[in-house]
Amino acid sequence: MSRNAILDAVRAALGRSEKEPAPDPPPVRLRIPDVSLESRIASMTTSVEALAGRVLRAPTPKHAGPLVRERIANQNAVASNSPYLDECGIRGLPNVHSGITKPDELQKLCAAADVGITGVDYALADTGTLVVLSSPYEARMISLLPPAHLAVMACSRLLTGLDELFTLLPDPAVASSSMVFITGPSRTADIEQILVRGVHGPGEIVVILVG
Amino acid sequence: MAGAFEQKIHETLADTRLQQAVYTATGRLKDSRLAVIAPHVLPDYQELRAHAHLLKRHTVDHLDHYLEKFQRNVESRGGQVVFCNDGAEVADFVLALAKKRGARLIVKSKSMTTEEVDLNEHLEHHGLESVETDLGEYILQLAHERPYHIVAPALHKTRYDVAEILTRRLNAPHETKIEKQTAIARAVLRQKFLAADIGISGANFLVADSGAVVLVENEGNARLATTLPKIHIVVAGIEKVIPRAQDLAVFLKLLARSATGQLLSVYTSFLSGPRRAGEIDGPDEFYVLLLDNGRTKLLPDSAKRQSLYCIRCGACLNACPVYRKIGGHSFPWVYSGPIGAILTPQFMGVSREPSLPFASSLCGACAEVCPVKIDIPSVLVALRADVHQNEARQKRNRVEKLAFRLFRWLMQHPRAYEWAGRLAASLANSADGGWMRRVPVPLNVGPVRAWLSQRDLPPPPSRSFRQLWRQR
Amino acid sequence: MRRAFPRIWPNVWVRDDEGGRLDMSQRVSLFVTCMVDQLFPKIGLAMVEVLERLGFRIDFPEAQTCCGQPAFNSGYPEEARAVARHFLDVFEASEAIVVPSGSCTAMIIHHFAELFEKDPTARGRVEQLCERVWEFSQFLTVVAGAEDVGAHLEDVATFHDGCHALRELGIQSAARRLLRHVRGLELREMEPAGECCGFGGTFSVKFAELSGAMARTKIEAIVRTGANIVVSLDPSCLMQIQGVLSRAGLKIRGLHLAEVLASR
Repeated sequence: MSRNAILDAVRAALGRSEKEPAPDPPPVRLRIPDVSLESRIASMTTSVEALAGRVLRAPTPKHAGPLVRERIANQNAVASNSPYLDECGIRGLPNVHSGITKPDELQKLCAAADVGITGVDYALADTGTLVVLSSPYEARMISLLPPAHLAVMACSRLLTGLDELFTLLPDPAVASSSMVFITGPSRTADIEQILVRGVHGPGEIVVILVG
Repeated sequence: MAGAFEQKIHETLADTRLQQAVYTATGRLKDSRLAVIAPHVLPDYQELRAHAHLLKRHTVDHLDHYLEKFQRNVESRGGQVVFCNDGAEVADFVLALAKKRGARLIVKSKSMTTEEVDLNEHLEHHGLESVETDLGEYILQLAHERPYHIVAPALHKTRYDVAEILTRRLNAPHETKIEKQTAIARAVLRQKFLAADIGISGANFLVADSGAVVLVENEGNARLATTLPKIHIVVAGIEKVIPRAQDLAVFLKLLARSATGQLLSVYTSFLSGPRRAGEIDGPDEFYVLLLDNGRTKLLPDSAKRQSLYCIRCGACLNACPVYRKIGGHSFPWVYSGPIGAILTPQFMGVSREPSLPFASSLCGACAEVCPVKIDIPSVLVALRADVHQNEARQKRNRVEKLAFRLFRWLMQHPRAYEWAGRLAASLANSADGGWMRRVPVPLNVGPVRAWLSQRDLPPPPSRSFRQLWRQR
Repeated sequence: MRRAFPRIWPNVWVRDDEGGRLDMSQRVSLFVTCMVDQLFPKIGLAMVEVLERLGFRIDFPEAQTCCGQPAFNSGYPEEARAVARHFLDVFEASEAIVVPSGSCTAMIIHHFAELFEKDPTARGRVEQLCERVWEFSQFLTVVAGAEDVGAHLEDVATFHDGCHALRELGIQSAARRLLRHVRGLELREMEPAGECCGFGGTFSVKFAELSGAMARTKIEAIVRTGANIVVSLDPSCLMQIQGVLSRAGLKIRGLHLAEVLASR
């Protein structure tokens, strides 16, 4: 069996025996800087805008809805089933399809939609990153198939960076089969190093920061 | 020297346009990296590198432990791990599964490991359609070419090359605007994503504690390939494993910065198995194929083992003055640049391309930029010694061996060394004291001729330093 | 620890923060390197001139030959080891060893230990020795604490960072500080800096065309500065760069740092 052949070869090369334990790895290196919420918001805004994304501020959840409505205009949108989007009054907006739980149906809608609207689990201020975990309330393809992605989040979810995220989520696999970091719109520079946005994923990112 | 390697180098050096393209593209990537690892931008850069090196060293030194742990954790979450000795076993697995499920169409995201084993060729040969979805890789697939660079696979192609490829292979209207070319590819590939039965990806990291795979990309094709199809197959080398999810806080801070000068790539996916109960989308089946393909051969030598620490950022390619001149296609295997120069002989044996470890000035630019601190020059020197040992066994290149034996003897016998120096100086007389373009016959040996093919030789001084010293 | 140097040039000494560690009573031994000995003796003479100007007493252990780098880099560790052992024998008694070559210094400091990995006695000798081996510009700035050595050269120069000096010895500012104190000398930085000249020992002949291409890229950067002189810490880089300059018919001179500092 290849498994045994390979593991035996590995052990022989390393001079290790079967079932031999391993010492602990070098200690985890996580350092969380002390950064105020205001600074984090400023940092997130700068980072997202540097990546050609947009950040909109909504003082309360009910201010988020109108911002979304304005962006969608007459276009077709799919929204995730996130309770936070409910709280923001987004799921009930005209031209917004939501409440879908079947993947085939969702794929058809997302493939035809102009805008995908999701919540986020966290955001990382130092890199302008959205962190979205797959769940019954957040499907993966909504932030992926439509050419624009609107992410609506509470400021309380804004972390300083990776170190803080991995402190809160030391093992993301416990929570979900999929965690994705989204840092700006899809891009490539594969042809002559010329930057093109929106290759496969959304070419437009809008982050609505609530609070 | 007339080997295939030297011939390819010669051709690349003669191609002015290609020289310009490679030098400029790598120069940009090199400069982008510098901007984001500068001390005022990333003050703990050196500390992160050191830590990353230690993490890799620890993991590789206990690789069996972590592979077993990884397997247990993947399987506890409903995935399946299959160990594969070589590319044939990878292809066999995919083909068997495709047959069982009636799968015809596969979408693939970028994976050097699958290039290593020519997976697409095997699949196509058996009637499956396996489409590369990374823009650069897709273009190369259409052109039937190998990637030119780990991170920028189509670095050597101009927009005119791309226009010709798209027209010829897709019957697309002739289009030289890059944005439009991208849109053409996007439209074609979108249909593939939506219809695909299987998505195949590589993995940047395999997280042992979580039983998860980490995919790092900019386009979104890896996300699409691993979200829409019902089956996700990961093909990854056994060396990709890291202990914990939290260790990503170190590696992710280094990878994108080193590769393209981004703080983070656009998408980083952390995938731990098939879709869970309640999750709406994602694959129903999740397989991780752990590939050896010779990696176990790199483990025994503790000095060369570090070659397996590589996280495939490509920074060494961008820093290397040799790669920047000879490009990716001069190299004999899928891995090019400094990392390719140390992996190829160790995977294939030094006799596959014996001159490859010598195609370096040992300038150390690669070691300086490697995020996991692989000492590539020292591995190259060790491989050079391996080449000579091989030659000794095969009784080849004896002249050079003799020359270095003579060198040793002379350098241990100062008077003989001095005498030899005076003899050579007297032979190579430069009448006007200027730099020389020619030497007399006794001195016109191979290395001297090779030197003179590119530059002049210094005029021999009338007296050596030690002679002058004695006269003070 | 302040040293009592003769104040030959009043008011021109600039002390490096690390200050001098060498006593006037100590002698400095020259390891000129085989390349300087046989091909560029004037570099050795220039080094002597500068060191004596600073008040050091020089000796030249005549049994010296080579550091073994050509054999080591070419993959002949046995041969390199033998030559390294000879070096140990010759220089063991020296109090300080100054070397006009970044690559040779790096060979001794970084690679001798590798060669004698399996020989604890020799390892011990190597460790002792390495503390006393200095590349020339490092010796001047770190050990002698000197940045102004009274040099005078009216010209425009650029500096080539040899790879071993730059990456293995971490030398970047020392040579520049020394050059900036040369009266009449304008120092211009080349762009890009820090790229290999393409010498690489036997690489220069095994991959001659490639080595030449790398050198020509270096020459282009030098020409762009408008300098008349390119300065280096490494005779091997000089041989490569000057060789290509000569072949191209360019009038730019290659000089070792010692030659510039010896100019008056």
